[in-house]
Amino acid sequence: MSAAIAFAGIEAGYGARRVLHGVSASFARGAVTGIVGPNGAGKTTLFRTALGVMETAAGRVTVLDRPVAQWSRAALARAIAYLPQGAEAHWPLEARQLVALGRLPHRAAFAPLAADDWTAVDKALERADATQFATRRMNELSAGERARVLFARALATGAAILLADEPAAYLDPAHQLRLMELLREEAARGTAVAVTLHDLTLASRACDAVLVLKDGRVAADGAPAQALSDATLAEVFGIGAERTADGAVVARRRL
Amino acid sequence: MGNASTTLNSRRDHAQAVTLVLLALLAGAFVLSFLLGPADLGIGALFTGLWSGQGAAGVIAREIRLPRAALALVVGAALGTSGAALQGLFRNPLAEPGVTGVTSSAGLGAVVALYFGLAAGNPWLLPLFAIAGALASAGILYLLSRGGAGAMALVLAGVAIASLATALTALALSFARNPYAMSEMVLWMLGSLKDRTMSDLSFALPLTLIGIALLLSAARGLDALTLGEEAAQSLGIDVGSVRGRVVLGVALATGAATAAAGAVSFVGLVVPHVLRRFYGYEPSRLILPSALGGAVLVAAADVVIRIIAPDGQLLLGVLTAMLGAPFFLWLILRLLRET
Repeated sequence: MSAAIAFAGIEAGYGARRVLHGVSASFARGAVTGIVGPNGAGKTTLFRTALGVMETAAGRVTVLDRPVAQWSRAALARAIAYLPQGAEAHWPLEARQLVALGRLPHRAAFAPLAADDWTAVDKALERADATQFATRRMNELSAGERARVLFARALATGAAILLADEPAAYLDPAHQLRLMELLREEAARGTAVAVTLHDLTLASRACDAVLVLKDGRVAADGAPAQALSDATLAEVFGIGAERTADGAVVARRRL
Repeated sequence: MGNASTTLNSRRDHAQAVTLVLLALLAGAFVLSFLLGPADLGIGALFTGLWSGQGAAGVIAREIRLPRAALALVVGAALGTSGAALQGLFRNPLAEPGVTGVTSSAGLGAVVALYFGLAAGNPWLLPLFAIAGALASAGILYLLSRGGAGAMALVLAGVAIASLATALTALALSFARNPYAMSEMVLWMLGSLKDRTMSDLSFALPLTLIGIALLLSAARGLDALTLGEEAAQSLGIDVGSVRGRVVLGVALATGAATAAAGAVSFVGLVVPHVLRRFYGYEPSRLILPSALGGAVLVAAADVVIRIIAPDGQLLLGVLTAMLGAPFFLWLILRLLRET
């Protein structure tokens, strides 16, 4: 099966500063791909090239078998849902109204939300385990609850691809685990899910594949156990690791 | 989901009721404004004059009362929508054409056009200069916000822009060797609808309508910006185009309103904030209601000042500032408590 997003030899950066150096990777359909790497490794930049908001200096990004440059803005917005890092709502909207913003790519200019938009909104709230907050305002919810509503916003688009940039940051362990479960459920429905993470235990446990970036280059790529090998962890993060019985990585200071 | 749709419906009913109340207030303020004035004319005489255009009552009704009453609505609508759109763009309830210095800069543009004789040649130069002034300040604010300036930084920048525009207005008036410079200055700084004519209305109305149309075209993008710029882009919104339309729309509406009435402050601050609890927090839901609310506020304020001071010595902006400035302080305190 072809990849939902394929990166081939991507070079990209901000002005003169090159962030990605020849990155080749892919996000598979129906799987959770974890992207790990130290701060500044180029994880967010990689997402931005797929979203078409960042020009690539060289290389090729293919989204659902079509080069990203050939996608119209609206069609790409329907194909990829994106949950940015540190996402927050700037106005205290009612949760259900906020989730409805995820339907924007489906709406004609000045058209109100249709019945099937609301169906998608309610389904997304349900999948994100946020139905119980539907009528609450965002400023009345806890950080974990807000994260679930914002996640529902991304699901409401009904996109084939979901990119989530550090969705687990600022969440307590219980909410982190819940969010990863929800991502796994989305992948089980056939969605290509890619998620950047700092928590290696979470990455090794919840992802089908892991992409390790360092200084804008691919350091390792593959199944979690191989991608997060002792050699890679030492080289990329300068740490060692213990491994649990189920193969999860627990970071340990290198001696 | 029954629960969610019930609250949604009840809110929609609520919003409709508020719209009806606003429309009734609008009609009331408009009629009162038309009936009030120094000339001692009865209701019957005024309406007959408005209808026939004959005699003194005709002139007063058509050329003094009607333009003033109508202009109050146009100016209020322009400032209300500009406030709602700026708050949406900056994601900041403190943003407003007056506070951010947009009206003062528009006033500067108008003064330059007027007192250097440019507007005498072509009456459209007056609003065009005001719009250019508004555009310059809105553009500076926009660049600052792109550079990452937060809510308070934008307000402080607005204070600086407004002070500079006021100083330059004073300078322009003194260069123009106008014997009435001081009183004119006060008129431009505080705003007034006194002695406005149909020609003021003839430019203010179309320019304001174009401005509001631009703001409406950006409304959905402003909703998406609630999620931040990156998320808005990923939802297919051209964020650059949304910003451009808001800055231009605000400059057109506020510029035209200021060219006609001077710098009336705080209308764009108070109106969207009050209406938010009835219409919801999405910027798109607030733009048209803010036009209504702004029109009601300015028309009512213009009635009240004429009742308090029938001699016409009290200026419109004095009342809106007395209402708006304490409200502004209260908002700042509340924001500080939240962060």
